[in-house]
Amino acid sequence: MYKGKKTPENLSEERKKYLRHIAYKKYGILSVQILILIFFITLWEISANLGLIDSFITSQPSRIVDTFLNLTSNDLLMHIGITCFETMVGFLLGVILGTILATLLWWSDTLSKISEPYLVILNSLPKIALGPVIIIWVGAGVKAIIVMALAISLIVTVLELLNGFLQTDKETIKMARTFGANKAQIFSKIVFPANMETLFNSLKINIGLSLVGVIAGEFLVSKAGLGYLIVYGGQVFQLDLVMASVIILAIVAALLYEFVRILEKIVCRKNFRK
Amino acid sequence: MNALDIKEINMKYQDISGEIDAITDVSFSIKKGEFLSLVGPSGCGKSTLLSIVSGLLKQSGGEVLIDGEKVEGVSSKIGYMLQKDNLLEWRTIYGNVILGLEIRGELNAESRSYADELLKTYGLYEFKDKYPAQLSGGMRQRAALIRTLVTKPDILLLDEAFSALDYQTRLAVGDDVYRIIKKENKTVLMVTHDIPEAISMSDRIVVLTKRPAVIKAIHEINFENLKERTPLECRKQESFSSYFNDIWKELDVHV
Ligand SMILES: Nc1ncnc2c1ncn2[C@@H]1O[C@H](COP(=O)(O)OP(=O)(O)OP(=O)(O)O)[C@@H](O)[C@H]1O
Ligand SMILES: [Mg+2]
Repeated sequence: MYKGKKTPENLSEERKKYLRHIAYKKYGILSVQILILIFFITLWEISANLGLIDSFITSQPSRIVDTFLNLTSNDLLMHIGITCFETMVGFLLGVILGTILATLLWWSDTLSKISEPYLVILNSLPKIALGPVIIIWVGAGVKAIIVMALAISLIVTVLELLNGFLQTDKETIKMARTFGANKAQIFSKIVFPANMETLFNSLKINIGLSLVGVIAGEFLVSKAGLGYLIVYGGQVFQLDLVMASVIILAIVAALLYEFVRILEKIVCRKNFRK
Repeated sequence: MNALDIKEINMKYQDISGEIDAITDVSFSIKKGEFLSLVGPSGCGKSTLLSIVSGLLKQSGGEVLIDGEKVEGVSSKIGYMLQKDNLLEWRTIYGNVILGLEIRGELNAESRSYADELLKTYGLYEFKDKYPAQLSGGMRQRAALIRTLVTKPDILLLDEAFSALDYQTRLAVGDDVYRIIKKENKTVLMVTHDIPEAISMSDRIVVLTKRPAVIKAIHEINFENLKERTPLECRKQESFSSYFNDIWKELDVHV
């Protein structure tokens, strides 16, 4: 455990040197990372200006910035909102349904054996192939997009969680049984809390997968959202719009991931006190 | 009356690859307040016997009587301590100690204050809000013992309860736990691989043969010239090594 910070005075010379070295290294890496980004953007801008690359096809940083600044004229905010909303709904549904299904399969050994081949096949099936079916079943709207996100993330969640549940330490379960614990108590007091880490790991994967599902859904349904903007921009050869949307998408993905990480910190705060 | 009667217990494990005869016709009794140890070669069926006594495992034949009554399933008169402390890392020491009460639905003001009392008596009260990872191996084992004691069992089953500890801690914790058990006046059935540990703590030692386990011998352990018996004092007695030699020969270990 880390026991309080020592004041700089009582640190040994060697320790100070070590800490300085660590800090240099950390900032060194960060500055190189930023430099690479700046270099790349500058190169892109200059080559477009000099006509080395065709900015009609590749777009250009300054034009992407212009697109950002014209947020309102493109309804960008609305599209971002829709994509985020669909992703969150797909994500939450995936987590809740996934947890329920994994719990059921953990509960009944027979059920889990019966469903095993189906889960394996569904897991390896490229879910995008279900797109047309989904559209026919639930209509070409927000619903289809959410179902798509769900289809992509659900099975992975179930498999991941079930695997975690089944790997819970047998001795710990035996300990609970010595007190006469029933199955529900074993689950709620031992198996589920023991798998908080598994749960959050699968949430982190899930949020990304939901976003993939939503974008794929928007590609197919094409009414609104960042996925729609990308397809639309491509069709009308507005590469600025496409690039701007992709960059926003990257930012959205990073923010959603961060959201799960913060949630994990709040929920698992106790476990971090080791 | 005996605290525990084990009558002609038989156990066969069924398995795809066949039938494993783990125990055949083992019978013995334990008096109230007695400390009895089971020793026997690895894999002879000791843990199986404890699981049957605790009610976690259904025997193929025979019966277990607690205070003269036949029991089915897990009895609240029995406390079972396993080799590992199995403390839940996400719960505080206090949260761990009350786990058994919680499971049995016996968590109330009275049982909580008993938990506090035990924590105080056995030196863990200041650590009650700490997490298991912040405690030493010996303290963790003590917390696990309190988790069992707080449900007020009459009989304690210990399955290699100290073997996860390093040698020195093991001696100290053994001494510690022995004192606690005697003070709370519990009846104990302990399984161990460690012959000196068995001699130093037990009133009687049952030696089992290799699988399927049958009783090979029963030893009464007496250290008459000790005023107050503690495991560490026992180890210093002259008769200690003669007990050891007898049991060692019976175990018939070939390498
Ligand atoms: N669930 C099970 N299914 C089938 N066989 C089992 C099962 N549990 C134990 N056995 C077998 O029964 C025998 C007795 O096992 P047990 O764990 O009771 O031995 P033990 O005396 O406690 O051994 P150790 O000293 O190594 O702890 C072993 O041969 C083991 O392989
Ligand atoms: Mg064993």
